[in-house]
Amino acid sequence: MYQSIVFLPLLGFLIAGFSGNRLGARATEIITTGLLFVSGVLSWAVFADIGLGHGQASAPILSNWITSGGLRVDWALRIDSLTAVMLVVVTSVSSLVHLYSIGYMHEDPSRPRFFGYLSLFTFAMLMLVTADNLVQMFFGWEGVGLASYLLIGFWYEKPSACAAAIKAFVVNRVGDFGFALGIFLVFVLTGSVSFDAIFAAAPGLAHKSVSVFGFEWDAWTITCLLLFMGAMGKSAQFLLHTWLPDAMEGPTPVSALIHAATMVTAGVFMVARLSPLFELSPVAQGFVVVIGATTAIFAATVGLVQNDIKRVIAYSTCSQLGYMFVALGVGGYAIGIFHLFTHAFFKALLFLGAGSVIHAMHHEQDMRNMGGLRKDIPFTFWMMTIGTLALTGFPFTAGYYSKDAIIESAYAAGAHSSAATYGFLMTLLAAGLTSFYSWRLVFMTFFGSRHVTADEHGHAANDDHAHDDHGHGGHTPHESPLVMLIPLATLALGALFAGLAFSGDFIGHRFDEFWKGTVAENHIMHAMHEIPGYVGYLPTVLMIVGFLVALWFYILAPGTADRLARANPVLYRFLLNKWYFDELYDVLFVRPAFWLGRLFWKGGDGRVIDGLGPDGVSARVIDIARGAARLQTGYLYHYAFAMLIGVAAFITWYLLGGVR
Amino acid sequence: MNGFGILSALTFLPLVGVVVLMFHRGDDAATLRSVRHVALWTTIAVFLLSLVAWGRFESGASGFQMLEQQNWAGGGLVYKLGVDGLSFPFVVLTAFLMPFCILASWESITVRVKEYMIAFLVLETLMIGVFCALDLVLFYLFFEGGLIPMFLIIGVWGGKRRIYAAFKFFLYTLLGSLLMLIAIMWMANFAHTTDITILLKTKFPTDVQKLLWLAFFASFAVKMPMWPVHTWLPDAHVEAPTAGSVILAGILLKMGGYGLIRFSLPMFPDASHYFAPLVFTLSVIAIVYTSLVALVQEDMKKLIAYSSVAHMGFVTMGLFAMNQQGVQGAVYQMVSHGLVSGALFLCVGVVYDRMHTRDIAAYGGLAQRMPLYAVAFMVFTMANVGLPGTSGFIGEFLTLIGAFAANSKVAFFATSGVILSAAYALYLYRRVIFGVIDKPSLASIQDLSGREIAILAPLVVLVIYYGVHPGPILDASAASVAELVKSTQSVAGPVKSAATDQAGLAGLKIAGVNFRVPEQDLRERRASAFSHSAPSAH
Repeated sequence: MYQSIVFLPLLGFLIAGFSGNRLGARATEIITTGLLFVSGVLSWAVFADIGLGHGQASAPILSNWITSGGLRVDWALRIDSLTAVMLVVVTSVSSLVHLYSIGYMHEDPSRPRFFGYLSLFTFAMLMLVTADNLVQMFFGWEGVGLASYLLIGFWYEKPSACAAAIKAFVVNRVGDFGFALGIFLVFVLTGSVSFDAIFAAAPGLAHKSVSVFGFEWDAWTITCLLLFMGAMGKSAQFLLHTWLPDAMEGPTPVSALIHAATMVTAGVFMVARLSPLFELSPVAQGFVVVIGATTAIFAATVGLVQNDIKRVIAYSTCSQLGYMFVALGVGGYAIGIFHLFTHAFFKALLFLGAGSVIHAMHHEQDMRNMGGLRKDIPFTFWMMTIGTLALTGFPFTAGYYSKDAIIESAYAAGAHSSAATYGFLMTLLAAGLTSFYSWRLVFMTFFGSRHVTADEHGHAANDDHAHDDHGHGGHTPHESPLVMLIPLATLALGALFAGLAFSGDFIGHRFDEFWKGTVAENHIMHAMHEIPGYVGYLPTVLMIVGFLVALWFYILAPGTADRLARANPVLYRFLLNKWYFDELYDVLFVRPAFWLGRLFWKGGDGRVIDGLGPDGVSARVIDIARGAARLQTGYLYHYAFAMLIGVAAFITWYLLGGVR
Repeated sequence: MNGFGILSALTFLPLVGVVVLMFHRGDDAATLRSVRHVALWTTIAVFLLSLVAWGRFESGASGFQMLEQQNWAGGGLVYKLGVDGLSFPFVVLTAFLMPFCILASWESITVRVKEYMIAFLVLETLMIGVFCALDLVLFYLFFEGGLIPMFLIIGVWGGKRRIYAAFKFFLYTLLGSLLMLIAIMWMANFAHTTDITILLKTKFPTDVQKLLWLAFFASFAVKMPMWPVHTWLPDAHVEAPTAGSVILAGILLKMGGYGLIRFSLPMFPDASHYFAPLVFTLSVIAIVYTSLVALVQEDMKKLIAYSSVAHMGFVTMGLFAMNQQGVQGAVYQMVSHGLVSGALFLCVGVVYDRMHTRDIAAYGGLAQRMPLYAVAFMVFTMANVGLPGTSGFIGEFLTLIGAFAANSKVAFFATSGVILSAAYALYLYRRVIFGVIDKPSLASIQDLSGREIAILAPLVVLVIYYGVHPGPILDASAASVAELVKSTQSVAGPVKSAATDQAGLAGLKIAGVNFRVPEQDLRERRASAFSHSAPSAH
């Protein structure tokens, strides 16, 4: 059964890849989607058995991968509670996104390729979450990176999509640089890369000093920091976040699946999986909190002013991932995973809802050109509203349980750690901002009046992809087909009830029975219950404040936002340009790399090495040959003179030698 | 075993093809067809024979196998062949790549076809000979002999600047070789034999080792090529015909790495330890420097050539880590790079045959008209980038983990190569494959032909197969590498532990990482550390 869950998507990819064009697009869609649904149903069965029930966790080895000396890496499927949660998230969202894409992509000529990539992604993601060792995890890690690259660049005719694809891959590679070094260090420290062996050896190495890169470090601190660098790349955390907003160049279902619900949460999963190591390093934990909290507030501020509907949600994702890391950093691994779980539902819902809006608007993405859509696409409107409620943490929706728990746990941990206090303040503040930008999105899109008639839309040049088909007769916004609405409704159910239904298992009274020790035990769950009562209400208060401000700015007194932006042009541009990170990195890394490359090529290779080496040597040989040729003048007295000098020199040498 | 055996057959079978080709006269279509077929079937026969040899090869054994020995030159010299886990993978790789070279030249070579095929078959003999030779003089003959056909292939069938490239290639490699020849003569004089199996057991005086090591290194570093003696490679690649590039990248470069494993490491272990920091430095410079240079290339072949230099940097780094993972990784990286870079050059050849330009700017949007080509190119690009699941990953990963154990700073800088390789490889892919197909010259470009599919498909399969299941190659080399690592470490081991023990704190060296542990913990830590933490001790 476990094998089926993981390998059915691979089968789907192979079928789509090898015979997609022969079978036709429709058959490919049905096959890949069908296989994914089977995989999804099996995953829920595993979840019920291993997580909710009393099933035994296991890690059957499929075959050996790499053996070299003491290094042994196996292909294995580790199934425990943590994996079961991820299986459910990945296969559920993936199957719904497959289904949704049948409607969303129906005009695209390369549908077999699209569905193949989706299935390939799902396979790689499943390999990641079922990994029993760091190297297989790295396999899945890079595999999802490849799929993400391919899907962001799916519309490869668009230069912006190609650029975004490369950016995503390369920035992720920066994170992987740290991840890889972390794996090496773990191997050198423990002699193994498989989780059980590492965890067994971990306590013995706690607080030991180790010399790496020429410095003395605490063994697990440096290891965890290196590994966390990988998580920062994949989960688009502060400093390595720049690729995620650009990744919105990909088709919207891709954004929902990869860049909201699953792939970007791989970093969260990794830290949770390695929680026994992070527990041994308070410094690394503090770092995780600081990065997470900074990301949460940073992305929220940028989200306030973005106008592209997908970018707003992208920054929201970035921010919510920051929340998850705050939870992990303060020791609330289960809370972080719980937020991952609920977030998958409501964020996928928001993205797919946005996709439905974009579909209705014929691929318009700028919210300034939308407005008043709630009457045209009421179903989508209600779905988006549910997603927004869940995201902002409206009482008893999914986000209310998980997000508020993060803020509370950060407060509780703040008693012992200033990093956690920082985390608490930032996440609390970000909760207000989240509420503001989320409702801003809803108000700008669905309320007010239409700013631009739909006829003018599609030629706004910026975000239109080449497959955009202008064949529609009428340009009025239209509700999406049923095949797109069913996934929305399903995800809406999750967004509403996932928190209510599962909070007891994930972070409540059934905590121990549910997790069965797969994430590190921590006192934080108890400490959370002893915080003052008002702290529990603070996130809700800020959520309401954010809503009211958005209501004031965009419904009650439209134009307030513009006035504010004009009043603070520097701040506005700073936020609109995403704190100028892209520009900064361009100056710091991209340009110098090309400049150095040219310097090494023309200067190093051309002038220095070749100049002194082969070219120089041959030039000297030619010079000498020319000189020799000049000596051969043909005049007898020249030769005689040369001979005379030679004889004189010889005699001198002989005489001097003789004297000595 | 005395007499001639399967290795001799493998080595000299291509010459049988040469003899047959000698009888071909004329330039008519039928003759040319026949010439091509003779060459192709000869190389296929050699490949099949190499598979037979693989069947007989014992993976678990560390010593030389399939030995054969004859006296020649009036008993003054010895003809001795044999293979072990370090050399055999390259024999098979050579035999495997040759048919692809012939196929790749099927239509693109139209002048002096017979001579071209003869050059390639002679080259095959010499290359297989290099990997089989167990006599120093014999090795040298094969090693240097390989220069001549390659020189001709570039010089006769090359591009516009072929003469310059050929001479540059020749100058560089010859200079190194002369130093190696002197060293060989000294060794023969010292040990009174040129038998490699005996020389491997000979202990050379430490100070002489350094000179000998440098002399050999001069030759191998040029062949690899290592920075800063790499500049002949981009020029040679650019001017060589496609098949020439495939062999150059696939096999000839590996001779340098093979030489380092066969001679430098086991015969001069003291010198190897002494010079390891130098090699590390050069390797890291190669990885970072040439990756950056690759980023700004405008010629497809040059870009791949520079990426080859970077990948060979991983090889030298892994070798001089002198532990199981590092050396096995280096061997694997060489085999994998043989497949991947060969395949990439074949990919360039595909579009070069159509457009007669390697200028990256002349392409763009090929995905639209050439979907199959785009897929194949993507697989090889990803293998070049070292994506897990392709053969490129295994070599990179093992060499890096080995290097990390030996010297974490080296691994730190070398690992940055994974970022840079992604940048240049994807940037190339984007400029060639992605984008809109708007150049009129590309409007009618054709996707892969049946012949081209036959060339690229097996490589795609192998690159992925060996990425998921590297066992066959790793197992073949494991025992020989373990033997090699043991022989190099037995020299250096005691010196180091004495040095670290002198420090006030009891130092414990576990695979290159220093643990500072309070005295009282030491006994139990040492016991536990060595029982499970020393990866290279197994």
